[in-house]
Amino acid sequence: MPEQLKKTSQSRKSITPPVESKSNLGSTSKNLTTDLDSLLDEIDEVLESNAEEFVKSYVQKGGQ
Amino acid sequence: MAIPKVCGIETEYGILFKGGDVNPITASSIIVNSYSKGNQDLVGWDYIDEHPGNDARGYSLDDYLFPEYESQLVNTVLTNGARYYVDHAHPEISTPECRNALEAVLFDRAGEEIIRRSMQIANEGLPEHSEIVIYKNNSDGKGNSYGCHENYLVSRLTPFVQIAQQITTHFVTRQIFCGAGKVGAEHRGLTGKGHVQPAFQMSQRADFFEEEIGLETTLKRPIVNTRDEPHCDPTKYRRLHVIAGDANMSEVATLLKLGTTSIVLAMIEDGAFPEHLTIKDPVQAIRQVSHDTTLNARVLMTDGRMLSALDIQIEILEAARQYAADYGLESVDTQVGHDVLVRWAGVLNDLETDPLIVANIVDWVAKKRIVDGFAQRHGLQDHDARLKAIDLQYHDMRTDKCLALRAGLVELCAKTDVRTAMVKPPESTRAYFRGTVLQRWPNDVIAANWDSVVFDIPNQGLKRIPMPEPLRGTRALVGGLLASSQNPSDLIEKLSSEF
Repeated sequence: MPEQLKKTSQSRKSITPPVESKSNLGSTSKNLTTDLDSLLDEIDEVLESNAEEFVKSYVQKGGQ
Repeated sequence: MAIPKVCGIETEYGILFKGGDVNPITASSIIVNSYSKGNQDLVGWDYIDEHPGNDARGYSLDDYLFPEYESQLVNTVLTNGARYYVDHAHPEISTPECRNALEAVLFDRAGEEIIRRSMQIANEGLPEHSEIVIYKNNSDGKGNSYGCHENYLVSRLTPFVQIAQQITTHFVTRQIFCGAGKVGAEHRGLTGKGHVQPAFQMSQRADFFEEEIGLETTLKRPIVNTRDEPHCDPTKYRRLHVIAGDANMSEVATLLKLGTTSIVLAMIEDGAFPEHLTIKDPVQAIRQVSHDTTLNARVLMTDGRMLSALDIQIEILEAARQYAADYGLESVDTQVGHDVLVRWAGVLNDLETDPLIVANIVDWVAKKRIVDGFAQRHGLQDHDARLKAIDLQYHDMRTDKCLALRAGLVELCAKTDVRTAMVKPPESTRAYFRGTVLQRWPNDVIAANWDSVVFDIPNQGLKRIPMPEPLRGTRALVGGLLASSQNPSDLIEKLSSEF
């Protein structure tokens, strides 16, 4: 159980994290940076070309 | 004991018509109709007999622009037991009733694919340079919101006031793992003096809640909605209609949203929710929590403590674990319930350690990571339109445009299961009966609703089959009967002799 959990609340008992909780991410910060870079490359390509016009035109009728 | 937490999700999708002056009601109608008309093989409707000359992909936009075209006529029931219709100028899908949160995730995903298929069929029939684009989000960033509602079966025996008081604590704080994220804030002035408007917040919906409890869903939205329309036996059940949630792109977030809420509701029914765990001013707190992506904001509890949303969630989780040990989790499906408990602990733990760890399961973290990274790469200010465009496009239902699909989110549902769930109902609730009869005898069912199916039987007239019990009509109960029935008349005869 990580120390940080204990620090922020005295009333807490142990919170056992699930075994696979961190296995999905490629969790080192280096991996995260690399993933983000390629993700941002892709976003540069697919993001609506005229962002201002797109955002302005995105008007919805209120629903529930 | 808590009653089974049958559940489902209703999603109102955002819609844009590009390249033409077409109102959103018409655009939504085109979407819903496209699916039924263009997909008769998929949904099992025999439209060929009704419209022999109609090529599914050959219609033109003009077909839809007659003034008599009314959105209330666009209301279909699908063979997977879902309802697909036009509501408040949005296309909306209500999943069939599901027995547990994981099943609801599958049918929510099937709903997304139904929307994608509808969009594809509709756009193939539109004039060049026109396109309908659909978004699974809850706000246009200009003060207009549309909902993603959850429904849960609760016992009529539990006083509603008790449910409302206790579930509110969960609704205010669960945003930390099921918020879909939003660039900017709406409804300024509601957030209190001296409050700095955030550049990014956790929830799409938090800005829109103005009351703690009430009947409204479109104005002065309450955190707890009091609509009492159970769609089943009203003497035994309520349907808790939850409007205080975001539409999630992350399957794990949807699982956590429904799974934790189901467990909390079961705890409330069994009197096992910590009574002292109530928030002094929930309306203020829901925005406070949403606006603080550092997770440090503290809210005043009625017992005088100042707690963060994470503190509160951890107290709820601890009580839930105790509840599981004392009462079991059969009401939420034992296996799914235990999986949810493990994931719940994991997400809280990771959020506390470093929110970036959950960028693969929590939508607001995934979106914020992209927004922050993009702003840094291009040296953008908080209010740059490109950042809001990222926010909107995260929810774009076009696979070649959707940013959520590129964010590395963990998938729970196998693609083949999603495809099956587009056409086949869950086997574990009355949706099985509804979906199966629609698939087998589409021409004999003249109306289907949540709690009844009406057949038109030759020489006998209309026969209504009431379905007041959400857990009757399952495959286990009626699968054999349906399989051995030659036609609806035969089915009705067997039903009346057996039940």
